[in-house]
Amino acid sequence: MDSSSVFANIVRAPEDAILGVTVAYNKDSSPDKLNLGVGAYRTEEGKPLVLKVVRRAEQMLVNDNSRVKEYLPIVGLADFNKLSAKLIFGADSPAIQENRVTTVQCLSGTGSLRVGAEFLARHYHQLTIYIPNPTWGNHTKIFGLAGLSVKAYRYYDPATRGLDFQGLLEDLGAAPSGSIVLLHACAHNPTGVDPTIEQWEQIRQLMRSKGLLPFFDSAYQGFASGNLDADAGSVRMFVADGGECLAAQSYAKNMGLYGERVGALSIVCKTADVASRVESQLKLVIRPMYSNPPIHGASIVATILKDRDMYNEWTVELKAMADRIISMRQQLFDSLSARGTPGDWSHIIKQIGMFTFTGLNTKQVAFMTKEYHIYMTSDGRISMAGLSSRTVPHLTEAIHAAVTRSG
Amino acid sequence: MWKCFSTRASRCFSTSASNKALKWWDHVAPAPKDPITSVTEAFLADTSPTKINLGVGAYRDDEGKPVVLQCVKEAEAKIAGCDFLESVSSAVSSKLVEESVKLVYGKNSDIIKEGRFAGVQALSGTGACRLFAEFQRRFYPESQIYMTDPTWSNHHNIWRDALVPERTFHYYHPDSKGLDFSALLDDVKNAPDGSFFLLHPCAHNPTGVDPTEEQWREISYLFKVKNHFPFFDMAYQGFASGDLDRDARSIQIFVEDGNVIGCAQSFAKNMGLYGHRVGCLNVLCNDAKQAVAIKSQLQQIARAMYSSPPIHGILLVSGILSDPNMKALWVKEVKAMANRIQSLRTTLRKSLEQLSSPLNWEHITNQVGMFCFSGLTPEQVDRLLREFHIYMTLDGRMSMAGVTTGNVSYLANAIHEVTKFG
Repeated sequence: MDSSSVFANIVRAPEDAILGVTVAYNKDSSPDKLNLGVGAYRTEEGKPLVLKVVRRAEQMLVNDNSRVKEYLPIVGLADFNKLSAKLIFGADSPAIQENRVTTVQCLSGTGSLRVGAEFLARHYHQLTIYIPNPTWGNHTKIFGLAGLSVKAYRYYDPATRGLDFQGLLEDLGAAPSGSIVLLHACAHNPTGVDPTIEQWEQIRQLMRSKGLLPFFDSAYQGFASGNLDADAGSVRMFVADGGECLAAQSYAKNMGLYGERVGALSIVCKTADVASRVESQLKLVIRPMYSNPPIHGASIVATILKDRDMYNEWTVELKAMADRIISMRQQLFDSLSARGTPGDWSHIIKQIGMFTFTGLNTKQVAFMTKEYHIYMTSDGRISMAGLSSRTVPHLTEAIHAAVTRSG
Repeated sequence: MWKCFSTRASRCFSTSASNKALKWWDHVAPAPKDPITSVTEAFLADTSPTKINLGVGAYRDDEGKPVVLQCVKEAEAKIAGCDFLESVSSAVSSKLVEESVKLVYGKNSDIIKEGRFAGVQALSGTGACRLFAEFQRRFYPESQIYMTDPTWSNHHNIWRDALVPERTFHYYHPDSKGLDFSALLDDVKNAPDGSFFLLHPCAHNPTGVDPTEEQWREISYLFKVKNHFPFFDMAYQGFASGDLDRDARSIQIFVEDGNVIGCAQSFAKNMGLYGHRVGCLNVLCNDAKQAVAIKSQLQQIARAMYSSPPIHGILLVSGILSDPNMKALWVKEVKAMANRIQSLRTTLRKSLEQLSSPLNWEHITNQVGMFCFSGLTPEQVDRLLREFHIYMTLDGRMSMAGVTTGNVSYLANAIHEVTKFG
């Protein structure tokens, strides 16, 4: 090359902490290796799962010769948007009936959060967002790059491995009026610790009294309890009081559509007129980002949600996934109890959703990776979806060794 | 349980919440409509049987219908039974990038053999441009971007949202309806050394005016002297000449001269994958090591925007490009699309000349690619809409892909009607 690159001074960016786990796992040649890193569902055999109902929907789409591949509108597939709003807010939601909700198709949870954050950074008057401590690693980057200032509110209590409710109330109580607050709708990532219904109600009252704006991240609807409506309870509670909020939905996990990048951002507004204006501004955020969203995944979702039989089939497959995870929790807990591993491991069965915040420290995690070829994020978060009855004993041994031998 | 609870909450709290809640969004004004997509919206709402959509640059067949390419149908049938729905595995994503980059630099290029490029898949052309714009700002925060006057309307939005200020440089000559070459060279000369430029390597959008090969050589030479950074947005490879390699020639000239470039590619038009959002961004590097660094930075930007691109389109494109038979079929289909457009250009021009139009319509066949920059004024465009239900953007850009043997006479007559008095 004649001329030097203008980017010659660029250094290599650090690996994404979560995705980096899978990279390291892939490099490992041990036959006992276990990937408990990224939150992607695995079967009992440790394989990725394409839902039967998704296969069926996809085949229908492929066989339909009238289908074309034209651009979707900037806001995405209309059917998909309506059905997604109904899924999270409830089909009988007054907000929907009053046309006060604008829903735009986005690229899974990440894309929905980013578009929402960009919109807020442009049009909202309080540019600070409070996120729980801890939270999904990508949240800080998404909001920061969108132009919001990111602060934390207390959430996880390492002593109890449960919710630091007092700390949460104090921190949100001290937040400037109008601040944005990120809430995990259910199955908190990474801790698996969710507020009770009563605690949600207190949070709601506090937030409304202080004019704090709720921004829900709903990535696990249906995965937490196995029931789609129950898992949307927190969101619906806030919408029911007539106030406004944002909600990002992902179909990556609950429909297994990870790679297709299917999600939706909904903004619940005071009036239909406001919702319409808000939607027009969302389009201005999206168009210079990627013009319009991808057609394939959203078409699959719409096909399933609008057909009663397929919808029911989906709920059954979803419950099966959620049940397998719940059973893994029980098996791991029982196994550690039987092994006599020191410590209280009840949080494994109390925590909810795909992840368990084990409470293991970075030294113990590193030990488990080195000696037992078990891969997880350094904060001690394990994806229960990566476990099977066959691998529970290996994990038990590793935890036992880490706790008794290492720090 | 939730149902009971929510009704109770609604009775108790809605009044006080309404009173107390800040009017958060009252100041949000309705946004202006996108000048291109709003044309399609209006067209769809029109019930006239003679309506024609010459707005968005999406290919249509001679019946005016959207086309799913045969190679795409075959690729889709192949993957329908597949296991993938996970996030893009790195093997699949590398395959797509490698095959895409071959289209830019040639399959035997040393650049590819030596891994001297940082390549990532992107959300079609828009996504690739946006990734680059964000990358440009991150590492050259004081830089600007020079854009052709005119350029695709969304280019302005993309670099503006990435917070990179823009400047324009001369390109289109409204009198000749061709290239304003000397003014272009002056602007390139007068820009500060090391400026970033956004270039269309072929089938310029909206004008359809491309430099000749000799003109590209001059521009490339000047870029080398001035040490400018050329960023190519290649959205219509194959549509300019019908030949994919030939349409990438301008980029290859720059590379041969030793310029270090960046390139956005879109598979929306030439593979008809509009809605799937498949594209590629690549940046040339000094060596493979630097390529790893730059790629990691691009991936980081993408991760905070949408994490990873949708896998379906990626599988289709990499499936087609890596299978010699399917790729050969694709090449033929691209040529057929380009040929149809070229033949309708000829027909439209002849029809206008046969109507004894007082104006010169040579530019219809001189211009290349999907668009014809007609030279129609906004008033004339408006008349075409109101009186003839013919839709195009206000700048007079017509998507020739929307013209068919069935509607070309109607179109010629309509254009003649609104222009016959000059």
